[in-house]
Amino acid sequence: MKVGNIQLPGMSSLLLWGLIWEIVGRSGLTFFVPPLSEVIATLFSVIGTPAFLTALSETAYAFFLGVFFAIVIGVPVGILMGKNRLADELLLPWVNIFLSAPLTALVPVLMVLFGFGMKSIIITTTLFAIWIIILNARAGVKQINRSLVDMAKSFLATPWDAFFKIYIWAALPEILGGIRIGVIRAVKGVIIGQLLISIVGFGALFELYSSNFLMGHFWAVLIVLFAMAFAVSELLAYLERRVSYYAATR
Amino acid sequence: MLTRPTLLKILSTLILFGAWEIAGRIPVSYAFPTFIESMQALARMTFDGTLFVAYGETLKPLVIGILISTVLGITIGLFIGLSGWFDWLMSPIFIVMQAAPLAALIPLLVMAYGIGLTSKVFVVCIMAMPVIVLNTSSAVRNTPGSLKEMGRSYLASDTEIITKIIIPSASPLIFSGLRLGISAGFIGAILSELKITPTGVGDIITFSRSIADYPSMYAAIFSIILLAVLFLNLLESIENYLFEGNNRGYVSD
Amino acid sequence: MSQTKSAFGQAASLDTEHAVITRNICKNYGAVEALKDLSLEFPRGQLTSLLGPSGCGKTTLLKIIAGLLEPTSGEVEVNGRLINGPGPNRAFVFQDFALLPWASVMRNVAFGLELRGMPKSEREAIAENYISAVGLSGFENSYPHELSGGMRQRVGLARALSVDAKVLLMDEPFSAVDEQTRRKFQEDLLGLVQNENKTFIFVTHSIEEAVYVSDQIAILLPRPSRVSEIIRPRALHGKDVSNIRRDPEYLDIVDQIWASLRSYVE
Ligand SMILES: Nc1ncnc2c1ncn2[C@@H]1O[C@H](COP(=O)(O)OP(=O)(O)OP(=O)(O)O)[C@@H](O)[C@H]1O
Ligand SMILES: [Mg+2]
Repeated sequence: MKVGNIQLPGMSSLLLWGLIWEIVGRSGLTFFVPPLSEVIATLFSVIGTPAFLTALSETAYAFFLGVFFAIVIGVPVGILMGKNRLADELLLPWVNIFLSAPLTALVPVLMVLFGFGMKSIIITTTLFAIWIIILNARAGVKQINRSLVDMAKSFLATPWDAFFKIYIWAALPEILGGIRIGVIRAVKGVIIGQLLISIVGFGALFELYSSNFLMGHFWAVLIVLFAMAFAVSELLAYLERRVSYYAATR
Repeated sequence: MLTRPTLLKILSTLILFGAWEIAGRIPVSYAFPTFIESMQALARMTFDGTLFVAYGETLKPLVIGILISTVLGITIGLFIGLSGWFDWLMSPIFIVMQAAPLAALIPLLVMAYGIGLTSKVFVVCIMAMPVIVLNTSSAVRNTPGSLKEMGRSYLASDTEIITKIIIPSASPLIFSGLRLGISAGFIGAILSELKITPTGVGDIITFSRSIADYPSMYAAIFSIILLAVLFLNLLESIENYLFEGNNRGYVSD
Repeated sequence: MSQTKSAFGQAASLDTEHAVITRNICKNYGAVEALKDLSLEFPRGQLTSLLGPSGCGKTTLLKIIAGLLEPTSGEVEVNGRLINGPGPNRAFVFQDFALLPWASVMRNVAFGLELRGMPKSEREAIAENYISAVGLSGFENSYPHELSGGMRQRVGLARALSVDAKVLLMDEPFSAVDEQTRRKFQEDLLGLVQNENKTFIFVTHSIEEAVYVSDQIAILLPRPSRVSEIIRPRALHGKDVSNIRRDPEYLDIVDQIWASLRSYVE
């Protein structure tokens, strides 16, 4: 977007939206939207409180463990599917189904199987993230240049060496892309888990604030959460760009 | 004729359902019914009509929400893709929405719109719309310049360029956005039935859980996943029907 | 079967003139007969070109010799031994270079040795030698995407040389570089053949290139795939390198090959 000769930076319209928010808030049009300035003031007062820090640490714990399992299981499974036709044909239909299935419907199953605690939330997070990670790792392996594979063979690479020195690296841009999308899904999964399974973490804060009609608090925490989710996804996009130089030259 | 792919599909289905059956017979947990029990419950609910009543309830917010998201999402996406000014104004909102866990808004929606249909439609929309908008806009923005120039050189009008060049060329990405959006819409519909008020399939799930009728609970979950898969397959057939050329087949090496 | 094979291997090991021998190779891809009953001998220490129209099975034959593909029937003998897979006595130079894009020139060149488990300092010393031998000193820490096509192929060549295999298999190694670089490479290749005492098997599309660099040219023809002719332009190599392209004998051989190939491109 250009105004005259000045290139407006990408996300600058958010400032305009903030301004609109402020005006709507001040006009007192609706109780649910307090002025942005008030929300931001609340934000700084909320951010250091024990309640907020507990919610943050509980959420972060479930999120990181969930993502960890999704990566540690998803990447090798995806690579296996890319390498082995039989495994691919057996698993691919199910991966595709679970990728687009309404995973929220599975949450009650997790609740009865694993209880109403952290364990179920972590598994929910993993379930949200893992399928796209598998699919991307698979796609990454499938596009590996044939000659790289032949090269490894002609130098008598062991399967171990071929895996750790070639496949992982050659598929890295796709794997990272999958992890980025998976992480975005995991953020959604962890919040959905907290809302449905047990009221902990940010889920608990949202319930608390909305039942006490603390709109300023509600929006403040929401902004923090959205900002963190956005920052995580941008960070991963940045990492992905760092390796994309060789995605083009493969 | 049984080709290798169909044979393997059958085999992998057998393996998964077999594993379910065995796990249910051990049983791995008191709350894990066998596959056969679950299917019996599914058949029972189908024949006594429970399931149809439930889906009549569930599909209402889902279909309304998906329709709104599709129409509104594609329109907004088109505008964003065509106008740099609109892009600057609207894109950031949807980019943030796409990355953010919008489920957190549910308590607020319930406060604002109550526990009725409106809230549920809203949940479906906020889940489904961002990806539809973003896919549409990026597809429109990235229409190959040579195609548009070709159109102009043959004296196509602006509307013709949009309807005959930009939209068809963007259609594969638009449809993949729709696919993602619809599956997010399903997630939202079930989420709202489990979180806001138990109705429809969400009600079957919650109720049978509370009375420990696990086969019915698994059957209901099975049916909603099946429905989502069928819905997405339907969408694929629609795409193939509308834009035959999108099905370019696989590029093999 | 293994007994007869090893008996064969011993008998043939007396043959010291040929580094690589292929016997009655057939290769089918489904219904496509890529190679049919192909037998060919590759003299030790010399460069043999495989020349022929597209799709006649040159790459297939080279990969079979490398052990990357199984022949449907027939056998390949390298230094008197039947092969059953890739081996340390052969190194492959790839048409598209097959460099690791995430690894420096140094690591790429040393990669063959790395896979053999050679310690880092040792393999890097060897790699360093070959990096300067192919004229890339100073680029050890560059990455493939920072190099030109010609430089990348030099990296691929240095990697193949550094494992010190006695047989070098090259699949159209110069096809992705520009004409000037290509000529330079061809001269360098002649030098390598003279100094390295290795056997080179070289696939090319270009008649001129084949005649210029080869001691022996095998002309392959498709449908059915076979060796139609073997030409030995050895006489040329006694002569001054810079004059070969003007030599009437060179021109004659080029014409002769074109005459036998032209019916297949029409
Ligand atoms: N993986 C494969 N599957 C099926 N057919 C193949 C395969 N690889 C090669 N072929 C067929 O085998 C024949 C020989 O292929 P090959 O790659 O050896 O030819 P080439 O002489 O190297 O050709 P070019 O000069 O174009 O590289 C071709 O007809 C090709 O269609
Ligand atoms: Mg070839």
